[in-house]
Amino acid sequence: MDSDDDFMSPVTSEDDILPDDSDNDDMSGAEDFDFDDEPDPDLGMSKDFGQKKKVAYDISFKVFQPADIQRQQDELVNEVNMILDISKEEAAILLRYFRWNKERLIEDYMDKANQVLEAAGLAQASARLPKLETIPGFVCDICCEEGEGLQSFAIKCGHRYCVDCYRHYLFQKIREEGEAARIQCPSDGCNLIIDARSLDLLVTSNLAERYHELLNRTYVEDKDTLKWCPAPDCQNAIECGVKKKDLDKVVPTVACLCGHRFCFGCILNDHQPAPCELVKKWLKKCADDSETANWISANTKECPKCNSTIEKNGGCNHMTCRKCKHEFCWMCMGLWSEHGTSWYSCNRFEEKSGTEARDAQAKSRVSLERYLHYYNRYANHEQSARLDKNIYHKTETKMVQLQKESGMSWIEVQYLNSASQALQTCRQTLMWTYAFAFYLARNNLTEIFEDNQKDLEMAVEALSHMFEKPVAELSDPKLKVEIMDKTSYCNKRRIILLDDTAQNLADGRWTFNVELTGSPPPGGPSARR
Amino acid sequence: MASQKRIAKELGDCTTSPPTGMSIALANDSDVHKWHVTLDGPPDSVYAGGKFGIIVTLPAEYPFKAPVVTFATRIYHPNITNDNLGNICLGLLKPENWKPASRLLSVLEAVRALLIEPQPDDPLEGRIADEYRRERKEFEKNAKSYVTRYAKGPVKFDAPPAAAAPANAP
Repeated sequence: MDSDDDFMSPVTSEDDILPDDSDNDDMSGAEDFDFDDEPDPDLGMSKDFGQKKKVAYDISFKVFQPADIQRQQDELVNEVNMILDISKEEAAILLRYFRWNKERLIEDYMDKANQVLEAAGLAQASARLPKLETIPGFVCDICCEEGEGLQSFAIKCGHRYCVDCYRHYLFQKIREEGEAARIQCPSDGCNLIIDARSLDLLVTSNLAERYHELLNRTYVEDKDTLKWCPAPDCQNAIECGVKKKDLDKVVPTVACLCGHRFCFGCILNDHQPAPCELVKKWLKKCADDSETANWISANTKECPKCNSTIEKNGGCNHMTCRKCKHEFCWMCMGLWSEHGTSWYSCNRFEEKSGTEARDAQAKSRVSLERYLHYYNRYANHEQSARLDKNIYHKTETKMVQLQKESGMSWIEVQYLNSASQALQTCRQTLMWTYAFAFYLARNNLTEIFEDNQKDLEMAVEALSHMFEKPVAELSDPKLKVEIMDKTSYCNKRRIILLDDTAQNLADGRWTFNVELTGSPPPGGPSARR
Repeated sequence: MASQKRIAKELGDCTTSPPTGMSIALANDSDVHKWHVTLDGPPDSVYAGGKFGIIVTLPAEYPFKAPVVTFATRIYHPNITNDNLGNICLGLLKPENWKPASRLLSVLEAVRALLIEPQPDDPLEGRIADEYRRERKEFEKNAKSYVTRYAKGPVKFDAPPAAAAPANAP
């Protein structure tokens, strides 16, 4: 692999790293997310993008409420309606067909209007409106009903079904499968999409609302720069310009108006500082391995010869590896042949082969222990974060209680609330620092990172300790000041840690012991320039 | 119910001129929603000489929802689960592909075609699919031994518990 050199060079040459580290706060972040790589027609709409970044991990984004989303759609429809001189209704259908890419629609339409109309299912509709027909001798292929006066319908492929079956089919698609803009003809193997006018004719009033809601959704779903907030019952969408290919350089964390913080790249909860790809790997590893690894660590040893993992399933210490037939002693891991006849009480501790085998054993366990080290700390913070959430609910009662006992006002006890918030966010960050650290190769940067991690962790634990003190002690004004100080210290430490990791990530300076797939190795062409 | 008429018609069509190598009957005469299909292993396939029981369950919303097809007879095949559920992976039956105008006749023909030509790229049994791709001889040997073990003699339909049939094909 010729990329090996690229991969290593920026990290090994230390003068490249150290001087930069301290003083380019506002430079690196803004430079490296290359938003303008491809012409993106939608960027014009969001005025926020040029905004100066405060810290490297800060990502600009915008929250849109349902009314905003509707307004944007209307604006686009109006624009197309005016430029192309077609009805608003048709403009909406065409926009949906082109996945809301206005530029492409206009270009294609100017080029070959008829083909575009045809493809979007509008060609015939512009000539005559779709209508129900009664055709003598018609038999519906779905329900096998026939008879005089049976109303039927077909889109322009000519596959004709009775109106009841058509409606039932649409009900199934809209209500149960959540489709709206791209429902196909009910005929086997016919891919023609039922156009919006036909749908308007066929969709019954009780379904109309859901149908239009689904149509509106396509606007957000079709655009790469928009995503729904994943919080339950939240109807907002977030706009963010970070693209998929940037995800190895930035962890795009956004916060919805509803308070939910999540990663724009993968929709999971806030997982700063770890990049999406590492998060994916880590979660998969944890799901696959953590319990297994614990069990393996507790119950097995490896064959000294072929390293197969072996569980002792009988009392006898004379082990024969199933795989390589190596015979050894479970107690000292030495060759069985050196044991002679003394097989149930191993007294061969000083045997050379035994010592060597135990060394090898220890080495092969290191990777497992390493994983467990990070996993246990990750899991611990995850659990603590969950407990802190419970405490958040208790905080309110605590605050009321405190007001009563100390005579403080509501405003004066708000510091407990901010402490609780800080605890939760910091734990969330700490949790992911362990997943991040698991994938980091050892070097100076990693040491700095671990120092930052340690500082934050100590601060969080101290705050957690103070926060849980009984109300009687909390009313002491000295403790209040201490808690307030610690809260702001925690928040500050978190920002320092995230800023540092985000900057190094953006500059491609971390060395990971796995590949961040889908991207050139860190320190590729862009870093060399 | 509109579906009764449609099912009656399809049943009529399938019993008067059944698809190649199949015979079709209702599980019990009062319920048109459960069909028992007996399929002769296609002559040119590894399943030749076997008789396979296939259970077709029509949901209440049929034909707006896809039928559920399971093998009652154990079969060694990349696209059919190697257990007593006999779930089958057929693109036609997936909710996003099923069309109300699709016919059971074409479903059954698709099942038979799957026995003649398995689809190892879309497997339910990854191991069998690998074997089919890499060690065809071994696959044929195993498939034939399954035919001898399970698919000889009178076809039994009661093997898989009906309740365990999934709502749609995975």
